[in-house]
Amino acid sequence: MIRDVIKYSISFILLVLAQGLVFNNVEFGGYIVPFLYVVFILSLPFETPNWMVLVLGFVLGVAIDTFTSTLGMHTSATVFVAFCRYYLLKMVSPRGGYEFNTKPNVQDMGLTWYLFYATVLILLHHLFLFYVESFKLTQFFYTLGRVLASTFFTLILVMLVQLFNYKSSTKS
Amino acid sequence: MKNLIRFLTKNSFVFLFVFLLFISFVLLVQNNNYQNSRVFNSSNFLIGNLYSTINNVNDYFDLKEVNADLAQQNARLQSTQIGTFSKINGIVVEINDTIYAQKYVYTSAKAVNSTTNKRENYITIDKGSLNGIEAGMGVVSPKGVIGTVKNVSENFCSVMSVLHEKNAVSAKIKKSGYIGSLVWELGDYRLAQLKDIPNHVKLNVGDEIITTGYSMVYPEGIMIGKVVDFDLPEGNNFYNINVELSVDYKSLSHVFIVKSWMKNEQKELEALNNAD
Repeated sequence: MIRDVIKYSISFILLVLAQGLVFNNVEFGGYIVPFLYVVFILSLPFETPNWMVLVLGFVLGVAIDTFTSTLGMHTSATVFVAFCRYYLLKMVSPRGGYEFNTKPNVQDMGLTWYLFYATVLILLHHLFLFYVESFKLTQFFYTLGRVLASTFFTLILVMLVQLFNYKSSTKS
Repeated sequence: MKNLIRFLTKNSFVFLFVFLLFISFVLLVQNNNYQNSRVFNSSNFLIGNLYSTINNVNDYFDLKEVNADLAQQNARLQSTQIGTFSKINGIVVEINDTIYAQKYVYTSAKAVNSTTNKRENYITIDKGSLNGIEAGMGVVSPKGVIGTVKNVSENFCSVMSVLHEKNAVSAKIKKSGYIGSLVWELGDYRLAQLKDIPNHVKLNVGDEIITTGYSMVYPEGIMIGKVVDFDLPEGNNFYNINVELSVDYKSLSHVFIVKSWMKNEQKELEALNNAD
């Protein structure tokens, strides 16, 4: 339990720094921005109390917003994703619920399950974020293009992170 | 009452969500003006320092290009020095380069008279038609742009300085490359105004303003000044920018008169467009 808290705290800090200092500067043609930090909410254990997921989402959003001086933008999106996560987990839960001590990752849940889970949440996050950012529907399709392209790139990064975790945990 | 409490506890998750979302939207609406968020923005102590550290590191990645630029500049300066001091006795400098076509020729000269307190200020310079000076040439100093030659006599020429209410210099912001026009709106002889910079351009105090080279009067990239302050009037699409001129017109001495070899060619070409 304590180990998990420390592990997640470190990954929180690393993700916020990586997003603030590296990925915010990645702009493919000023169009695609990957938002890797969502992976923090995706990877929280199944047993995490729901209210805690929401609060952590809120804190994560504030931390990210502090880097971009857009207080509220990422915060609302992360809170939204934390909310959706609860219902999505309910929807895709295996028969008899989640096994004890399993985590939402490729290793424990399988590739198909994780791909579906990650894609839905990342897409929801990006949809929310980009439309709140533009705050208008006049450029609906332009924004939608940005959402889809960015979702794709975030997903690739998320899967890469999974790949790293996969290796390290099979060793130990 | 019992039912109400049961209802609340049962749906506490949804309520917490709505509550947090509400807070974040309040934050969003209140803080979409960057300046209002004093604490949670990128200029606060922690993240500001972090960013400047990162910038220090990033600077190293550009070293190669910067070195190349400096080497090029050194080569150019060296060739001008040889030409200036040994062969042609400091009156006319011509650089013949096999890689670049010669575009500008510099003539060194000295300012002998200068005014700064009128609406139309002129500078008198000790080179005239005998030295090949013609009206319309640009005048620069090592510190920056001075003005344009207006009238020429045999031994002198008078230069319409930037401090002339009818003189507009085509200028750009060095960092972003946005082009505007620099005018002097009377008053302080250290300050000029940069016009036509649209409101979406990011500006900072201290941004360098340089010449564009579009009019072929001055070479591109000659220093004009630095932004000292700017503001965006309500409902206006363009900034009001005050530029501190890099040249002090009250202490002028050595200047260069710039002759453009290609100015007439460019003018003739552009006149063709008007004729059609």
